[in-house]
Amino acid sequence: MTEIFGISIQALLSQLLIGLVNGSFYAMLSLGLAVIFGMLNIINFTHGALYMMGAFGAWMGFTYLGLNYWLCLLLVPLAVGAFGIVIERTMLRWLYKLDHLYGLLLTFGLALIIEGLYRQAYGVSGQPYFTPDLLRGATDIGFMTLPNYRAWVVLASVAVCLTTWYVVERTKLGAYLRAGTENPKLVQAFGVNVPLMVTLTYGFGVALAGFAGVLASPIIQINPLMGSNLIIIVFAVVVIGGMGSIMGAIVTGLALGVIEGLTRVFYPELSATVVFIIMAIVLLVRPAGLFGREK
Amino acid sequence: MLERKLLGRLASGALISLCVGAASAQQGKISDGVVKIGVLTDMSGLYSDLGGKGSVIAAQMAVDDFGGKVLGAPIQVISADHQNKADVGAGKAREWFEAEKVDMITDLLNSGVGIAVAKVAEQQKRIAINVGAATTRLTNEDCTPYSIHYAYDTYALANGTGKAIVKQGGDSWFFLTADYAFGHSLEKDTADVVKANGGKVLGQVRHPLNASDFSSFLLQAQSSKAKIVGLANAGGDTINSIKAANEFGITKNQSLAGLLVFITDVHSLGLQTAQGMLFTEGFYWDFDDETRKFGKRFFDKAKKMPSMIHAGVYSATMNYLKAIQAAGTDDADAVMAKLKSTPINDFFAKNGKIRVDGRMVHDMYLVQVKKPSESKYPWDYYIVKATIPAEEAFQPLSKSTCRLVKK
Repeated sequence: MTEIFGISIQALLSQLLIGLVNGSFYAMLSLGLAVIFGMLNIINFTHGALYMMGAFGAWMGFTYLGLNYWLCLLLVPLAVGAFGIVIERTMLRWLYKLDHLYGLLLTFGLALIIEGLYRQAYGVSGQPYFTPDLLRGATDIGFMTLPNYRAWVVLASVAVCLTTWYVVERTKLGAYLRAGTENPKLVQAFGVNVPLMVTLTYGFGVALAGFAGVLASPIIQINPLMGSNLIIIVFAVVVIGGMGSIMGAIVTGLALGVIEGLTRVFYPELSATVVFIIMAIVLLVRPAGLFGREK
Repeated sequence: MLERKLLGRLASGALISLCVGAASAQQGKISDGVVKIGVLTDMSGLYSDLGGKGSVIAAQMAVDDFGGKVLGAPIQVISADHQNKADVGAGKAREWFEAEKVDMITDLLNSGVGIAVAKVAEQQKRIAINVGAATTRLTNEDCTPYSIHYAYDTYALANGTGKAIVKQGGDSWFFLTADYAFGHSLEKDTADVVKANGGKVLGQVRHPLNASDFSSFLLQAQSSKAKIVGLANAGGDTINSIKAANEFGITKNQSLAGLLVFITDVHSLGLQTAQGMLFTEGFYWDFDDETRKFGKRFFDKAKKMPSMIHAGVYSATMNYLKAIQAAGTDDADAVMAKLKSTPINDFFAKNGKIRVDGRMVHDMYLVQVKKPSESKYPWDYYIVKATIPAEEAFQPLSKSTCRLVKK
């Protein structure tokens, strides 16, 4: 069998695919962050906690209300989005005129409070959640057996990411949004309700985190700390892609998932660090990120 | 909690002023007129379900069952969060021993914290009974005359699980190891047992702590073709490894061996995912009438069944108080001598004995997780496959590198 650096092509291909699955989560989460930063100039540190709320939402929906996975996939992001809208309306809106740092501190504090409340209520060991029947099992695709659920994760995430990109970059609504960030007063003068648009944008970004949480719930342990384990990597992804760049977040998310996957084969000890090494290099060479524009 | 602390301070303040007078002569046997037990644990981090508030409840239960007083002096339980940081834990222990007059500290899960606090305990000549930590260092190079390692250690887990699995034909192993001291030592201890029993180790992969996804690592384990994938990790990492192994169909041709699995992990995984797994435990609430009685009492207070750490904290506290009673003083040296010379037999420890190196040896259990169809009531999770006798379960004293062991 052909080998590259002592690893068979077969193993390499399967690792690439797995990297893509993880990359899908990075992409979805960093997309939400990018949308929020791009439109609201808020560094949303609650994102990890909201992702966790999404996963818990799926579990609660099933345990307390008997809702199946598919319903949760639809309803939980809406609920998380609504929660986000409340945060935006009651707290974040007071901070838009201030330095980024204030938004960061507020959202970081909120994340700690949300995680603390969940920990108080559910402990840290996590809750069991099972793959929906339709997606159980695995398919033999030649070089590996891919669990059907993981294939679904990649499809769902790519679809959501591309739709978001299309709406923001290619439609009239997206044009209003982008114009609203550039010059809110002028856009408002044209009769567009900018504050409402900003609120809905935040709600949408946050709903993406909730969606990612529901998607993750069958494959990783649902516990209150799951978001904080992931959020730092996702921020690195956003920085590498370029703060606020939609396409940057998607492409970097997927690419870093793959790079991380390869590191796990060639030098597993480095796999937790590789993203940050790349971040440091990118910041040195292109401080605005790979897809970002210098202002 | 704050109120209790405040009350505690007021009370001890009042006692000190009393003790200055004639009272000190009568209370001489109990220093400061109160026996204080500190539960130092992880209150909010990744181990807080194993110990945490449950350990405080367990210690308080032991104190209440003992009658709340020893040699006429009141017994108090205080608690704090060490945040899984060795420096925070050591600082708290020093404060407790010096300013709060704490006599004994227990729980102490997290090996880093456990070792740091054992050192403080030796300097202060006070007792540390470690129930929660896994490292064998506590009874080898880092042993002290004032520390006891109560419930389990990596050697006992590796030995029990490794030996049983090799005997059943699982003779080729691949390790999935958490890349820090604890994981390495668990992997090494198990690999030694596997080899000693005629098995072989085909390889290992080291993953970072709190890795978000285990599928890449598991694919490597899969391609090794080893019969057994040994999980030398803990908590969330173990849970996520098992979930991914199920999803990728690895459990069809290979078996998983959890090297540090607690009942809380099984509860969190659900039987559907955890079924069939073999591992070693120091305690199971549904083992006999005594354990069931404790389990149910604990459940009423904590709303969950006790882990081996919770049960161990109860037993350690109870036996510590009995030793004070028997020694007629709370002087650390006298109490340690009493503890080490008295066999321990209670609902937690069968055939228990505290050795000179501080190791409490007792029977351990090889358990297998039930199938969902076999589980009849909540928390009915294990089939106890074998009892590993105390003298076989732990590292033999002759191999201990503890300085207290005379060779």
